[in-house]
Amino acid sequence: MIQIKNLTKIYYTPHQEIKALDNVDLSVNRGEIFGIIGLSGAGKSTLIRCINMLEKPTHGTIIVDGQDIPSLSKKDLHQARQKIGMIFQQFNLLSSRTVFDNVMFPLEIAHVPVKEARQRVSELLDLVGIADKARVYPDQLSGGQKQRVGIARALANNPKILLSDEATSALDPQTTRSILKLLKDINTQLNLTILLITHDMNVIKQICDRVAVIDDSRIAEVGDVLSIFSNPGTDISRSFINAISQKDEIEGYTDKILKKHDSYSCMIRVSFIGSSAGDPIISSMIKKYGIDANILYGNIDQVKETPFGHLTLQLIGKQEAVEESIRYLYANGLEIEVI
Amino acid sequence: MLGIVSAGIFANNSWMLDAIILATWETFYMVAISTALSYLFGLPLGVILVTTGDGHILESKGFNRILGTIVNAVRSIPFIIFLILVIPLTRLIVGTYIGTIASIVPLTLAAIPFVARLVETSLREIEWGLIEAALSMGANAWQIISKVLIPEALPSIILGIAITAINLVGYSAMAGIVGGGGLGTLAYYYGYQRYEDVIMWVTVIVLILFVQLVQMLGDKLQSITISKRR
Ligand SMILES: Nc1ncnc2c1ncn2[C@@H]1O[C@H](COP(=O)(O)OP(=O)(O)OP(=O)(O)O)[C@@H](O)[C@H]1O
Ligand SMILES: [Mg+2]
Repeated sequence: MIQIKNLTKIYYTPHQEIKALDNVDLSVNRGEIFGIIGLSGAGKSTLIRCINMLEKPTHGTIIVDGQDIPSLSKKDLHQARQKIGMIFQQFNLLSSRTVFDNVMFPLEIAHVPVKEARQRVSELLDLVGIADKARVYPDQLSGGQKQRVGIARALANNPKILLSDEATSALDPQTTRSILKLLKDINTQLNLTILLITHDMNVIKQICDRVAVIDDSRIAEVGDVLSIFSNPGTDISRSFINAISQKDEIEGYTDKILKKHDSYSCMIRVSFIGSSAGDPIISSMIKKYGIDANILYGNIDQVKETPFGHLTLQLIGKQEAVEESIRYLYANGLEIEVI
Repeated sequence: MLGIVSAGIFANNSWMLDAIILATWETFYMVAISTALSYLFGLPLGVILVTTGDGHILESKGFNRILGTIVNAVRSIPFIIFLILVIPLTRLIVGTYIGTIASIVPLTLAAIPFVARLVETSLREIEWGLIEAALSMGANAWQIISKVLIPEALPSIILGIAITAINLVGYSAMAGIVGGGGLGTLAYYYGYQRYEDVIMWVTVIVLILFVQLVQMLGDKLQSITISKRR
């Protein structure tokens, strides 16, 4: 659906040149929810804004649904933009228009006949669940309601793609969840491709199929969310994942809570994914190799619909037995990290 | 009440009352017409000043700089000198440079750049995010101007209209001194040159009331447009 190749964006300011994107390649499939995560200033907004040419790329190609966006004429670009919806952190609703007329706005731009447009607005307000607020002005809405209007407005011209620039960053956790659920629902209902950027791994975890981690103007890692969560390939990915679990903090002071043992001991971190989270592999290991396992920390979490967890264990026993048991865990398909 | 007071003051000089009413009417329509005309030209000029600016939807740096310079140049000419400078033009348009109709020409011309700057200030208050949202929907420049910039800035533009009208009341009095008609002419010829103190003072009071009224009207209209949105 979206193919980005060699995308570079340099901002020229009077005092310096800022390379916000450095040779970025990215490909987003039709119908998926693709997340882009990165620290502040990494280039996330620049990347997403290049896709609808709010920012002009310095060079590179951006193909959206077969069209090379940067090479379009002004008029064709206006047409193409009508098929690329966008929602914003600050909602950006017109204060001079009611909720109804805000959603009407993109239809006016596209010269949709009034009667048809009004019909469409009503459907959209139903879809996002704020039909009762149609006659109200945005100033009277909560953040979550404003974002629902923003979503309805972005969907008005039946776009193929929805771009979301930190759409939930100004919302509280509960409202964030309800907006993410709405995005997930429209993704399945309308088979809409969604590209969203965030600095919150929770957002990625809850709704994304795949994720790109962007660090210092470059893509550090791309993959499906589950494999990046269970097996992050870069430090930056690890730090995002750790930011939403307390794992690191606990491992930071395990040496303080551990007793010195006479026998051999070894600390490992076990990751469970999917159905293996339900199997009693650890307990059968203990029985089979006659070792002790001291459970220091454990959590179980859910990435989209898949359960996913970590267990930090101290294995105590004869050195051979401990090594055998680690091999046993590997053999059962668990991800092991010796720490 | 006012009737009794004015009947007392003007008991022996009913011509004075007639003259003041006529002059007030002249001032009113001079100001009204030149305010309307100055917005007819100043509003688009202000929109162009904003939208051709750096990074804006119709960016055109050279053009914007030239236009800005012209606007500033006209604004820096004192009105009393401007009045004299445009006499040939006024003659060309109206046929004469004396009288109420004739003074609409210098009043309007002097107000246009002022209006343009006021409109510019109002439009700059609009958050850039709103313009980007419209761009992201595929809006063209005209749609952004007519559906985003002007409606969003409307409360602020309305206040600007009141400010312009009040300024034009002052200018119209100045034009009156060089034969422009209205309250200025009345105060100058009768109040100053013929020592009719009553006329002088009544003129001042009428001008004060006039300005108050315009400001009240502007505030009221602005608060109506804003409160509708809350
Ligand atoms: N219009 C601009 N002019 C100059 N530099 C800019 C401009 N926009 C962004 N930058 C710079 O480009 C870099 C990337 O910015 P960008 O907004 O894409 O980051 P981001 O990942 O979205 O960050 P955040 O999470 O804070 O929104 C930053 O160093 C920023 O200062
Ligand atoms: Mg950003």
